Amino acid sequence: MSRKLELIVLAIVLIFAVQFVYMSSTTDAEYGGADGEAENVINEITGGTYTPIAEPIWEPPSGEIESLLFGLQAAIGAGIIGYFLGYYRAKGRYENDLGYKDKSKPESDRQSL
Amino acid sequence: MHIMEGFLPTPWWQAWFAVSIPVILYGIYKMNRLVKEKREILPLLAVAGAFIFVLSSLKLPSVTGSCSHPTGTGVAAIIFGPAISAVLGVIVLIYQAIFLAHGGLTTLGANVFSMGIVGPVVAYMVYKAGMKANLNFYLVVFLATAFGDWATYVTTSVQLALAYPAGNVLTFAGFMSSFGKFATIFAVTQVPLAIMEGAVSALLFKYVVNVKSDILVEMKVLEDAVVRKLRGNPA
Repeated sequence: MSRKLELIVLAIVLIFAVQFVYMSSTTDAEYGGADGEAENVINEITGGTYTPIAEPIWEPPSGEIESLLFGLQAAIGAGIIGYFLGYYRAKGRYENDLGYKDKSKPESDRQSL
Repeated sequence: MHIMEGFLPTPWWQAWFAVSIPVILYGIYKMNRLVKEKREILPLLAVAGAFIFVLSSLKLPSVTGSCSHPTGTGVAAIIFGPAISAVLGVIVLIYQAIFLAHGGLTTLGANVFSMGIVGPVVAYMVYKAGMKANLNFYLVVFLATAFGDWATYVTTSVQLALAYPAGNVLTFAGFMSSFGKFATIFAVTQVPLAIMEGAVSALLFKYVVNVKSDILVEMKVLEDAVVRKLRGNPA
């Protein structure tokens, strides 16, 4: 199997990673969330008069808890992707490459007995 | 980055709910029918949903010195179409609104519209156009998911500019002025992230083609001949 696409993706990710390392060491950019910046723009446009019509019903009490929940979200997703891709891969191997396709059916089992 | 809780005034948040709810209902109907007719697609549906889960949890730094996250909805849009992607998007948005104070319940309608509807629709259209033009499949996936991601954040900028036009009166000039400001934050920050999302999505499709291409053919995502070519055994 060709690994061309993997190499291209790796190159793209590396370009951004290097750019980030370089930028973060040479500038004092804060790398805050884009939504926080939008909040500032809203304040600027409305002259600071806008008060949110609702507050979040629950907020993670600290940055640590927040990263825990974001990490949990990623872990759940990654687990599901890995499980099913592995399931399909093994299923394909059994059916096509190892010739288990017919043997797994109960009818053919009975005939062979 | 979704619109924060409470940051869309009346009547905007209700308006976006009104637009999004019919699409969600249609998506739920379509999803139920699909799962009933073809139970074997269920794992792939889970993978597409999980991909949104992973990507939208990764807050990545961008060239602008701020962080945002990709959406991951393009993959679902290509396989299952925009309506079902919208349903998957809702699940992620509710998780983030309730547990992470990221996005919000009042702004859910607007965020579903940008991330669950406009992004997938753009991805779907780019995909169909690209495949018609006979481009390389992985290149088309890259373009479709990258543009879908980017369109999501352009939409967010439009939504905020509509709610907060300069001068507090909704005129075209006021809208454009605010749109420029919000787009600088969201759309510009998103460009490198959209490129990365496109690359990773193409990679995911490579693995799906390798292990379960027959489902993609059945879902009419790919033609049999294209699959054979991608797997390197032309027949």
